[in-house]
Amino acid sequence: MAAAIVMIFLVAPEDADQGLSQKIFYFHVPIALTAYAGFGLGAWKALRVLWTRGERYDLESYSAIHQGTIFGALTLITGAIWAKASWGVWWTWSSNQLVLFLVLFLFYCAYFMLRFSLEPGPRRERISAVYALFGVALIPVSFFAIRLANDFIHPTVFTREGPQMTGTMFTAFCVAWAAILMLAYLMYRVELAGKRTDAYLRDLREALTA
Amino acid sequence: VSAAEKYVAAAYGVVFVFVLVWVAIIAAKLARLEREAAELAELARARRPEA
Repeated sequence: MAAAIVMIFLVAPEDADQGLSQKIFYFHVPIALTAYAGFGLGAWKALRVLWTRGERYDLESYSAIHQGTIFGALTLITGAIWAKASWGVWWTWSSNQLVLFLVLFLFYCAYFMLRFSLEPGPRRERISAVYALFGVALIPVSFFAIRLANDFIHPTVFTREGPQMTGTMFTAFCVAWAAILMLAYLMYRVELAGKRTDAYLRDLREALTA
Repeated sequence: VSAAEKYVAAAYGVVFVFVLVWVAIIAAKLARLEREAAELAELARARRPEA
Protein backbone atom coordinates (compact mmCIF):
# COMPACT_ATOMS: atom_id res chain seq x y z
CA MET A 1 0.00 0.00 0.00
CA ALA A 2 2.89 2.34 0.82
CA ALA A 3 4.46 1.52 -2.56
CA ALA A 4 1.15 2.32 -4.25
CA ILE A 5 0.91 5.72 -2.50
CA VAL A 6 4.50 6.55 -3.50
CA MET A 7 3.84 5.49 -7.12
CA ILE A 8 0.61 7.48 -7.31
CA PHE A 9 1.81 10.74 -5.81
CA LEU A 10 5.55 10.81 -6.53
CA VAL A 11 6.14 8.75 -9.68
CA ALA A 12 3.00 8.89 -11.87
CA PRO A 13 2.75 12.16 -13.82
CA GLU A 14 -0.19 14.50 -13.42
CA ASP A 15 -2.91 14.05 -16.05
CA ALA A 16 -2.80 16.77 -18.73
CA ASP A 17 -6.60 16.99 -18.96
CA GLN A 18 -7.90 16.50 -15.40
CA GLY A 19 -4.86 17.57 -13.40
CA LEU A 20 -4.50 16.46 -9.78
CA SER A 21 -8.07 15.14 -9.41
CA GLN A 22 -7.17 12.28 -11.80
CA LYS A 23 -5.14 10.79 -8.90
CA ILE A 24 -8.49 9.52 -7.52
CA PHE A 25 -8.54 7.11 -10.49
CA TYR A 26 -5.69 5.05 -8.96
CA PHE A 27 -7.86 4.11 -5.97
CA HIS A 28 -11.37 4.40 -7.40
CA VAL A 29 -10.95 1.94 -10.31
CA PRO A 30 -8.99 -0.75 -8.35
CA ILE A 31 -11.59 -0.52 -5.56
CA ALA A 32 -14.40 -1.02 -8.11
CA LEU A 33 -12.59 -3.99 -9.70
CA THR A 34 -12.00 -5.44 -6.23
CA ALA A 35 -15.73 -5.09 -5.46
CA TYR A 36 -16.45 -7.08 -8.64
CA ALA A 37 -13.87 -9.67 -7.51
CA GLY A 38 -15.59 -9.94 -4.10
CA PHE A 39 -18.99 -10.47 -5.70
CA GLY A 40 -17.47 -12.93 -8.18
CA LEU A 41 -15.77 -14.92 -5.41
CA GLY A 42 -19.03 -14.89 -3.44
CA ALA A 43 -20.86 -16.33 -6.45
CA TRP A 44 -18.18 -19.00 -6.98
CA LYS A 45 -18.46 -20.06 -3.32
CA ALA A 46 -22.27 -19.98 -3.66
CA LEU A 47 -21.96 -22.40 -6.57
CA ARG A 48 -19.85 -24.67 -4.33
CA VAL A 49 -22.62 -24.47 -1.68
CA LEU A 50 -25.18 -25.73 -4.17
CA TRP A 51 -22.79 -28.26 -5.67
CA THR A 52 -21.36 -29.83 -2.50
CA ARG A 53 -23.87 -28.71 0.19
CA GLY A 54 -20.78 -27.68 2.15
CA GLU A 55 -21.58 -25.43 5.11
CA ARG A 56 -18.13 -23.82 5.07
CA TYR A 57 -18.72 -22.46 1.54
CA ASP A 58 -21.80 -20.62 2.75
CA LEU A 59 -19.70 -18.67 5.26
CA GLU A 60 -17.03 -18.04 2.60
CA SER A 61 -19.65 -16.82 0.12
CA TYR A 62 -21.16 -14.51 2.74
CA SER A 63 -17.75 -13.08 3.74
CA ALA A 64 -16.74 -12.48 0.10
CA ILE A 65 -20.03 -10.70 -0.66
CA HIS A 66 -19.58 -8.64 2.52
CA GLN A 67 -16.14 -7.51 1.30
CA GLY A 68 -17.60 -6.80 -2.15
CA THR A 69 -20.27 -4.62 -0.58
CA ILE A 70 -17.73 -2.69 1.54
CA PHE A 71 -15.62 -2.03 -1.56
CA GLY A 72 -18.78 -1.27 -3.54
CA ALA A 73 -19.71 1.45 -1.03
CA LEU A 74 -16.17 2.83 -1.31
CA THR A 75 -16.46 2.82 -5.12
CA LEU A 76 -19.65 4.89 -4.97
CA ILE A 77 -18.19 7.36 -2.46
CA THR A 78 -14.82 7.85 -4.19
CA GLY A 79 -16.63 7.98 -7.55
CA ALA A 80 -18.96 10.71 -6.30
CA ILE A 81 -15.99 12.75 -5.07
CA TRP A 82 -14.20 12.31 -8.41
CA ALA A 83 -17.39 13.23 -10.28
CA LYS A 84 -17.69 16.44 -8.25
CA ALA A 85 -14.05 17.30 -8.98
CA SER A 86 -14.28 16.50 -12.72
CA TRP A 87 -17.89 17.16 -13.77
CA GLY A 88 -19.04 19.51 -11.01
CA VAL A 89 -21.80 17.16 -9.81
CA TRP A 90 -21.80 14.40 -7.17
CA TRP A 91 -23.97 12.08 -9.25
CA THR A 92 -25.56 11.89 -12.69
CA TRP A 93 -28.38 9.54 -13.63
CA SER A 94 -27.51 9.79 -17.32
CA SER A 95 -24.39 7.61 -16.93
CA ASN A 96 -25.24 3.93 -17.39
CA GLN A 97 -22.02 2.86 -15.69
CA LEU A 98 -22.94 4.72 -12.49
CA VAL A 99 -26.57 3.61 -12.42
CA LEU A 100 -25.73 -0.04 -13.13
CA PHE A 101 -23.08 -0.10 -10.43
CA LEU A 102 -25.61 1.37 -8.00
CA VAL A 103 -28.11 -1.35 -9.00
CA LEU A 104 -25.44 -4.02 -8.45
CA PHE A 105 -24.57 -2.54 -5.05
CA LEU A 106 -28.22 -2.34 -3.93
CA PHE A 107 -28.80 -5.89 -5.18
CA TYR A 108 -26.06 -7.15 -2.87
CA CYS A 109 -27.31 -4.96 0.01
CA ALA A 110 -30.62 -6.82 -0.37
CA TYR A 111 -28.64 -10.10 -0.10
CA PHE A 112 -28.02 -9.31 3.58
CA MET A 113 -31.69 -8.47 4.19
CA LEU A 114 -32.68 -11.79 2.62
CA ARG A 115 -30.05 -13.74 4.53
CA PHE A 116 -30.90 -12.32 7.93
CA SER A 117 -34.63 -12.72 7.40
CA LEU A 118 -34.20 -16.52 7.23
CA GLU A 119 -33.48 -19.00 10.01
CA PRO A 120 -29.89 -20.35 9.92
CA GLY A 121 -29.69 -23.76 8.29
CA PRO A 122 -29.54 -25.53 4.92
CA ARG A 123 -32.56 -23.61 3.56
CA ARG A 124 -30.91 -20.24 4.22
CA GLU A 125 -27.66 -21.49 2.70
CA ARG A 126 -29.40 -22.60 -0.51
CA ILE A 127 -31.54 -19.46 -0.92
CA SER A 128 -28.57 -17.15 -0.24
CA ALA A 129 -26.45 -19.11 -2.74
CA VAL A 130 -29.07 -18.87 -5.48
CA TYR A 131 -29.44 -15.11 -4.86
CA ALA A 132 -25.65 -14.61 -4.97
CA LEU A 133 -25.51 -16.47 -8.30
CA PHE A 134 -28.24 -14.27 -9.79
CA GLY A 135 -26.25 -11.17 -8.79
CA VAL A 136 -23.11 -12.25 -10.57
CA ALA A 137 -24.96 -11.87 -13.90
CA LEU A 138 -25.07 -8.11 -13.23
CA ILE A 139 -21.25 -7.84 -13.06
CA PRO A 140 -20.49 -8.13 -16.81
CA VAL A 141 -23.52 -5.93 -17.56
CA SER A 142 -22.17 -3.26 -15.21
CA PHE A 143 -18.60 -3.67 -16.49
CA PHE A 144 -19.41 -3.50 -20.20
CA ALA A 145 -22.31 -1.04 -19.97
CA ILE A 146 -20.06 1.90 -20.71
CA ARG A 147 -18.85 0.28 -23.93
CA LEU A 148 -22.24 -0.97 -25.05
CA ALA A 149 -24.16 2.25 -24.47
CA ASN A 150 -21.64 4.81 -25.82
CA ASP A 151 -21.56 6.60 -22.49
CA PHE A 152 -19.78 9.89 -23.09
CA ILE A 153 -19.84 11.06 -19.48
CA HIS A 154 -17.95 8.31 -17.71
CA PRO A 155 -14.42 8.03 -19.19
CA THR A 156 -13.27 4.78 -20.82
CA VAL A 157 -9.62 4.23 -19.96
CA PHE A 158 -9.27 0.57 -20.96
CA THR A 159 -10.16 0.06 -24.62
CA ARG A 160 -9.43 -2.67 -27.19
CA GLU A 161 -6.25 -0.75 -28.07
CA GLY A 162 -5.04 -1.10 -24.48
CA PRO A 163 -4.90 1.31 -21.53
CA GLN A 164 -5.20 4.97 -22.56
CA MET A 165 -2.44 6.23 -20.27
CA THR A 166 1.34 6.43 -20.06
CA GLY A 167 3.44 3.46 -18.96
CA THR A 168 4.20 5.01 -15.55
CA MET A 169 0.52 5.73 -14.96
CA PHE A 170 -0.36 2.14 -15.85
CA THR A 171 2.35 0.79 -13.53
CA ALA A 172 1.02 2.96 -10.68
CA PHE A 173 -2.49 1.67 -11.43
CA CYS A 174 -1.30 -1.97 -11.35
CA VAL A 175 0.58 -1.47 -8.06
CA ALA A 176 -2.49 0.24 -6.53
CA TRP A 177 -4.76 -2.58 -7.75
CA ALA A 178 -2.43 -5.24 -6.29
CA ALA A 179 -2.39 -3.36 -2.96
CA ILE A 180 -6.19 -3.03 -2.85
CA LEU A 181 -6.67 -6.69 -3.81
CA MET A 182 -4.26 -7.78 -1.06
CA LEU A 183 -6.06 -5.57 1.45
CA ALA A 184 -9.43 -7.04 0.43
CA TYR A 185 -8.11 -10.61 0.64
CA LEU A 186 -6.62 -9.92 4.09
CA MET A 187 -9.94 -8.46 5.26
CA TYR A 188 -11.76 -11.49 3.82
CA ARG A 189 -9.49 -13.97 5.64
CA VAL A 190 -9.66 -12.09 8.96
CA GLU A 191 -13.45 -11.79 8.77
CA LEU A 192 -13.79 -15.46 7.85
CA ALA A 193 -11.51 -16.53 10.74
CA GLY A 194 -13.61 -14.41 13.14
CA LYS A 195 -16.88 -15.91 11.92
CA ARG A 196 -15.53 -19.48 12.08
CA THR A 197 -14.19 -18.92 15.62
CA ASP A 198 -17.60 -17.53 16.56
CA ALA A 199 -19.28 -20.70 15.23
CA TYR A 200 -16.78 -23.00 17.02
CA LEU A 201 -17.36 -21.18 20.32
CA ARG A 202 -21.12 -21.49 19.87
CA ASP A 203 -20.80 -25.25 19.30
CA LEU A 204 -18.48 -25.56 22.29
CA ARG A 205 -20.92 -23.66 24.51
CA GLU A 206 -23.76 -25.94 23.44
CA ALA A 207 -21.62 -29.03 24.16
CA LEU A 208 -20.56 -27.77 27.58
CA THR A 209 -24.00 -26.64 28.71
CA ALA A 210 -25.85 -29.71 27.39
CA VAL B 1 -5.11 24.41 -0.82
CA SER B 2 -6.81 24.06 -4.22
CA ALA B 3 -10.23 22.47 -4.76
CA ALA B 4 -8.61 19.49 -6.57
CA GLU B 5 -6.30 18.87 -3.61
CA LYS B 6 -9.31 18.89 -1.25
CA TYR B 7 -11.17 16.34 -3.39
CA VAL B 8 -8.14 14.04 -3.69
CA ALA B 9 -7.56 14.24 0.09
CA ALA B 10 -11.27 13.52 0.70
CA ALA B 11 -11.27 10.46 -1.61
CA TYR B 12 -8.16 8.92 -0.05
CA GLY B 13 -9.32 9.95 3.45
CA VAL B 14 -12.63 8.10 3.00
CA VAL B 15 -10.78 4.88 2.15
CA PHE B 16 -8.49 5.33 5.15
CA VAL B 17 -11.44 5.98 7.51
CA PHE B 18 -13.32 2.91 6.16
CA VAL B 19 -10.32 0.67 6.81
CA LEU B 20 -9.85 2.23 10.26
CA VAL B 21 -13.53 1.61 11.16
CA TRP B 22 -13.22 -1.97 9.91
CA VAL B 23 -10.13 -2.52 12.09
CA ALA B 24 -12.00 -1.09 15.10
CA ILE B 25 -14.98 -3.40 14.48
CA ILE B 26 -12.70 -6.44 14.14
CA ALA B 27 -10.81 -5.44 17.31
CA ALA B 28 -14.12 -5.24 19.23
CA LYS B 29 -15.17 -8.63 17.84
CA LEU B 30 -11.82 -10.16 18.79
CA ALA B 31 -12.21 -8.85 22.35
CA ARG B 32 -15.69 -10.42 22.53
CA LEU B 33 -14.39 -13.77 21.23
CA GLU B 34 -11.56 -13.68 23.78
CA ARG B 35 -14.09 -13.03 26.58
CA GLU B 36 -16.34 -15.87 25.39
CA ALA B 37 -13.38 -18.28 25.09
CA ALA B 38 -12.32 -17.40 28.65
CA GLU B 39 -15.88 -18.05 29.91
CA LEU B 40 -15.96 -21.43 28.16
CA ALA B 41 -12.55 -22.37 29.54
CA GLU B 42 -13.86 -21.52 33.03
CA LEU B 43 -16.98 -23.61 32.37
CA ALA B 44 -14.87 -26.56 31.17
CA ARG B 45 -12.63 -26.33 34.26
CA ALA B 46 -15.69 -26.31 36.54
CA ARG B 47 -17.11 -29.41 34.85
CA ARG B 48 -13.86 -31.37 35.03
CA PRO B 49 -14.04 -34.03 37.77
CA GLU B 50 -11.56 -33.58 40.61
CA ALA B 51 -8.43 -35.71 40.10
